[in-house]
Amino acid sequence: MHKPTATLMAVLIAAAFATTPAFAQQKVKIGFITTLSGPQGVIGNDMRNSVELALDHLGRKIGGLETELIYGDDQVKPDVGKQVAEEMLKKHQVNFVSGVIWSNVMLAVAPTVTQAGTFMIGTNAGPHQLAGEGCNELFFTTSWQNDQTPEAMGKYMQDAGLNDVYLMAPNYAAGKDMITGFKRYFKGKIVDEVYTRLGQTDYQAELSQLRSKSPKVVFVFYPGGMGIQFLKQYSEAGLRGQFPLYSVYTVDELSIPAVKHAALGQLETRYWSPDLKNPANQKFVGDYGKKYAGKLPSFYGAQSYDGMMLIDSAVRAVKGNLSDKKGMIAAMRKANFNSTRGKFTYNQNHFPIQNFYLLKAVAGPTPGGDPVMAIQKAVFTNHKDAYAKDCKMKW
Amino acid sequence: MNLVLIAEQTLNGLQLGVMLFLLAAGLTLVFGIMNLVNLAHGALYMVGAYLTTYFHQTTGSFALAVLLGLAGTLLVGIVTELVALRTLYERDHLDQVLATFGLILFFNELVAILWGRAAIYSTIPDYLSGHVQITAQLRYPLYRLVIIGIGLAVAVLLWWVVSRTRLGMLIRAGASNRAMVSALGINIRLLYTIVFGFGAALAGLAGLLSGPIYAVQPGMGELILIQVFVVIVIGGIGSIRGAFAGALIVGMVDTLGRAFLKPTLATVLSPTAADAAGPAMASMLIYLLMAVVLAFRPEGLFPSRS
Repeated sequence: MHKPTATLMAVLIAAAFATTPAFAQQKVKIGFITTLSGPQGVIGNDMRNSVELALDHLGRKIGGLETELIYGDDQVKPDVGKQVAEEMLKKHQVNFVSGVIWSNVMLAVAPTVTQAGTFMIGTNAGPHQLAGEGCNELFFTTSWQNDQTPEAMGKYMQDAGLNDVYLMAPNYAAGKDMITGFKRYFKGKIVDEVYTRLGQTDYQAELSQLRSKSPKVVFVFYPGGMGIQFLKQYSEAGLRGQFPLYSVYTVDELSIPAVKHAALGQLETRYWSPDLKNPANQKFVGDYGKKYAGKLPSFYGAQSYDGMMLIDSAVRAVKGNLSDKKGMIAAMRKANFNSTRGKFTYNQNHFPIQNFYLLKAVAGPTPGGDPVMAIQKAVFTNHKDAYAKDCKMKW
Repeated sequence: MNLVLIAEQTLNGLQLGVMLFLLAAGLTLVFGIMNLVNLAHGALYMVGAYLTTYFHQTTGSFALAVLLGLAGTLLVGIVTELVALRTLYERDHLDQVLATFGLILFFNELVAILWGRAAIYSTIPDYLSGHVQITAQLRYPLYRLVIIGIGLAVAVLLWWVVSRTRLGMLIRAGASNRAMVSALGINIRLLYTIVFGFGAALAGLAGLLSGPIYAVQPGMGELILIQVFVVIVIGGIGSIRGAFAGALIVGMVDTLGRAFLKPTLATVLSPTAADAAGPAMASMLIYLLMAVVLAFRPEGLFPSRS
C-alpha cells in the first residue's frame, strides 16, 4: 500500500517543481533606464512620471501580469548606462529593458540588451545606426529616428524660403544626426555649423561667435537642461530680437516653465503635441495633469507611456507567455495599442512611420500662465526614416 | 575676426576669470596660511548656490537671498572648520586629501537628499536680466557685467584687507611663520577659523553668482574645482596676487582658445581636421599652460614670499 502512495507523492512533488518556473514567469519585470540626476534629470523625471501613469491606467498590471518596474539612472554616460543595463539583465533578470534618452547611451545599451536575448524598447533615442544596418528584431522604439524631426524643420524652412542659417547642436551621436537630417531637406546656404560639448551649461562664448557671423536665422537642437540654459542665454545676450530661432527638442513642456514668456512664438517640429486630438492622448494629458499638480507632460513622457502600452499589447497577444519571443515580436510589429500620437505603423526596421507637425509656442489658456505648444499644420504625413533601406531584417 | 568679436570674447574671458578668482582666493589662502589641502572648497561653492537659489524661491527677493546665502555659507564653512578640519592641520597632506574628499561626498549626498539629484534652475531677477548696448554692435548681458564688477570689487577689497589692515598683517604673518605668531600671543586658531570662513563665503559668492549661468546640481563644485587648482598652481600657492593673475590668465586662455583656435587652425588645416582638433586642443590649453609654467617657474608666477 505504501509504495504506490510514495510514487504518487514523488510524481506530485516533481510536478510541483516542474511548474514552479512557469509560476515565477507570471511576473513581468521591466528595467527602465533614464537620466535622473544632474541638469538632464528634468527629462527622466517626466519619463518616470509617465511610466507610472501608464501603470495606473493598466491597473498596475502589464499584459494582465504582476508587474515590477526597476528604474536606473544613466547619468548621461554610456558606460554607466551599459552597467545599469547589465545589472538589470543579470541581477533582476528583466524581460524588457526600456527608456534611454541619449543616443550615445543607447548605442551602448541596445546591443548589450539584444545580445542577451532580451527586448529593448527605446522610448527616446533613435540613432541612425540602429535604424539601418544595426537594426535588430528585439529592438523596437516608440519615438522616432533622430533625423526625422529636423527633416521636418528643414523642409519647413526650405519651403519658407529662409536662407543663411547658422546651425548649433551638442557634439554627440544625436547632434550629428539632427544636423544631417536638417540638411537632407534644407538646401539653402548654411553660414556655419557649431558643435558644443554634451551637457554644456554656458553658451556665452558660442553666442558671441554666432553674432559675429551675422546669419539671417538660427537652427538649434538643445534637449533637456541644455535647452533651458541655451534659451535663457540667447535672450540674455539680446539675440532673440536679432536672429529668429528655429529648433527641435529645445522649446518643450520641460523648458517652457523655466524660460516662460521668452518661449512665445518659438517654432518647433514634432510628431506629438499635448493638444493632439485623439482619445488616448486626451486621457494621457488630462490624467497626467491630475496626478502631477497640473503639469503638462512632454513628448518624452508620451513616448514612455506608449512604450509601456506597446509592451502591454505584446504580453497580452501571447497570453502572458513571456518565453514566446517570436509571438511578441509579431505582436509589436502590429503596433496594436492606442498610441498618444494616434494610429501609426511600424517600418520594417521597427521605427514608427508617423506624421510630423509644425508647433508654435502660443499664450496659454490661463492669463499670465506659461505659453503652451500648439499644432499649426502637418509637415510630413506617414514619414519614413532614411535608413530603413539599410536594414536587412525580414518580416 | 573682427574687433567686436574680440572685445566680446575678452569680456567672456574676464567673466570666467573673476569667477575663478573668487574660488581661487579662498583656496589659496587656506592652503598658503593653514597649510591645508581643501578639496571640499567646491562643496562650499555648491552650498552657496543651493542656499541662495532656495532662499530666492522662498522669499522672492534676490537681494535678501544673496545675503542669506552668503551668511549661510559662512556659517557652514565655520562649522566645517570647527568640527572636521581643526584636527587635520598637523596631519600630512594625504590625510587632508582623504578627509576633505570625504567632505565632498558628504555635502553632495546632503544636497541630493534635501533638493534631489536633478538640477534646480535659478532665475535672475528682472532688474539684472537683459543686455546692455555697449557700442553700436556690441550687446552684452547685464548679469555678466555685474559678475565682472563684483569680482573686481572683491579683488580690490581683498588686496586692501591683506596689505593694509591688522587682520591682513596677521594673515601674512601666519603664512610666514605660524609658531612665531602664536608665540607673540595671537590666537592662531581663531585666525584660522576666520580665514576659513572668509574663504568659504567667497566660494559661496562664486556659487551664487554662477547659479543662473551653470545649473545648480549636486557635484557642481567638482566640475569647476579642477580649473581652480590649475589657477592656484599657475599663480603661485598662497598668493592672492597670484590667484588673481592666474584666474584671469586661465579665464582668458580657456575662452579665447574655445573661440579662436578652431578658425585659426582652419586656415592651415582642412576644415574637418580643424573641426576635430580645435575643440580638443582648446580644452587642453590651460593644462598645457600649467605644464609650461611648472617647467619654468615651479613656484608659480607670483609665489608668496614665505
